[in-house]
Amino acid sequence: MSLRLDIAWSRRGFELNVQLETPAAGITAIFGPSGSGKTTLLRCIAGLEHAPGAQLQFKDEIWQDRNRFLPTHRRRLGYVFQEPSLFPQLNVSDNLRYGLKRVPASKRHVRLDEAIAFLSLKDLLDRAPQQLSGGQRQRVAIARALLSSPQLLLMDEPLSSLDHAGRQEVLPHLQRLHDELSIPIIYVSHEISEVMLIADHMAVLAEGRLEVMGPIHEVLTRTDLPVAHLEQSGSVLDGRIAQHDAQYSLSYIEVNGGRLAISQREAPIGTSVRVRIEARDVSLALKPPQQSSITNILPAQVIEVSDDRDPAQRLVKLDINGRPLLARITRRSEHQLGIAPGARVYAQIKSVALMG
Amino acid sequence: MTGDFYSPGDLAALWISVRLAVITSLSLLLLGTPLAWWLASGRSRFRVIVEAVTALPLVLPPTVLGFYLLMFLGPYGWAGRTMLHLGMHPLSFSFGGLVVGSILYSTPFVVQPLQTAFQAVGTRALEVAATLRAGPFDRFASVALPLARRGFVTGGALAFAHTLGEFGVVLMLGGNIPGRTQTAAIAIYSHVEVMDYVGAQRLSATLLVLSFVLLLIVYGTQRSSRRDWTAP
Repeated sequence: MSLRLDIAWSRRGFELNVQLETPAAGITAIFGPSGSGKTTLLRCIAGLEHAPGAQLQFKDEIWQDRNRFLPTHRRRLGYVFQEPSLFPQLNVSDNLRYGLKRVPASKRHVRLDEAIAFLSLKDLLDRAPQQLSGGQRQRVAIARALLSSPQLLLMDEPLSSLDHAGRQEVLPHLQRLHDELSIPIIYVSHEISEVMLIADHMAVLAEGRLEVMGPIHEVLTRTDLPVAHLEQSGSVLDGRIAQHDAQYSLSYIEVNGGRLAISQREAPIGTSVRVRIEARDVSLALKPPQQSSITNILPAQVIEVSDDRDPAQRLVKLDINGRPLLARITRRSEHQLGIAPGARVYAQIKSVALMG
Repeated sequence: MTGDFYSPGDLAALWISVRLAVITSLSLLLLGTPLAWWLASGRSRFRVIVEAVTALPLVLPPTVLGFYLLMFLGPYGWAGRTMLHLGMHPLSFSFGGLVVGSILYSTPFVVQPLQTAFQAVGTRALEVAATLRAGPFDRFASVALPLARRGFVTGGALAFAHTLGEFGVVLMLGGNIPGRTQTAAIAIYSHVEVMDYVGAQRLSATLLVLSFVLLLIVYGTQRSSRRDWTAP
């Protein structure tokens, strides 16, 4: 447990009612549609909003209770805002130093050169914020937050104000953050694909209430919740890079239950990776397909079959050696193949997105 | 050359005007900053009342303000009597009185630009600073002040120019004592009264050029230092 919070706050007709404990490490995503209260929740955690009567405890520090309200600047947190809010009167270097200067040397655990290298900012240091692209600004904002040596990093949709190129530029840095940072991160997002790539735990918020909270692979595949029925819904598998195949420019990933081929990666053998597999990219076969262009086929067992948003389709939850995988198939295929709980099938995976 | 161009009386009047304007604008920047900050960020319900009081000199005839100040600061006024009791001279008909009157009269010219500038800083920049460990005063000094610097230039220059051009309050409160409370604006009036149009012309042209240059500086800095907070 790192952060424990209990908030019941109604303001201007909106009610936020959340009790939550976040794990001590890794990225916890707070996922939900716009207007579900994600940002308000994050702002309450940071002390930027004062929800009366809320209880907030971080490790052994009380941040808020009935009698106390620790102001934001005394909470050891970092905050990355939706728009990269750099100080316009300061250049990149001075923006980075702003938080660093305000932390006593004995309490710093991130060095300036580390943060600069980590977010590849070496060539930007003398620039004014006005001369940077959106992605560059957000990288500076992330480094600036890290340099205040936070014990908890809060990120409010840091990719959502960026264009496609900006997202592609910042996302790898977020994934490195996940791998190399020991402090917990709370990451607010309404993009399920983003959450699937970086989060370890996931809390789903709907209309100010917490719907579910748990390890990401479990929450994503809870077919009784709306998340599993989103267009881009799917599941994640963790594995390691097992082999590179120069002849076909492929890399093989060992996941529990089989092997997946992906386009060749520059990562050493043994690197742990996470793959995201969208439900619409998984089809089912009763026998191992002999003549198929699909290379990634994993043996699986059907756990349950449920209705999807589209009445023509069904959502199938599979078990791959203990890890859940979602497949989206037509109702017709379900009947023709006799897909039912307990059935042994082969999951054919058309596309795999890789993290890291 | 100036000695030939301006008469000793005109020089004294100009010197009093400039001294008054410098002291007034500096005092107002000092006093107006916390007031403008409070008006820009406060949520108190007294805000509207204070805002209206601050703006009063914009609409009030200067003679009204001057009259009340005379009543208040003069030897029979409350403040004047108190000062007499303390062994001091009442502020009416003195340079000190002019400073008090000018500060009150020019308040909106400093407070309003500052308030607008502070409001334009917005809450986001201050929130960012708070998440980077900056306390309230630190946030004000390191974020609000530099981002609102345009408001300081505007407010300072307006207060200076407005004090230079002040007439009614100064005449009511200071009288027209050459060498002590006779400012350039009042000296012009005195010149015209005795039909010395050449003298009036010299001082008028001086004030005209001075004010114009000041406004040039204000608008010039506004143009060159326009900066965006979030736009790419």
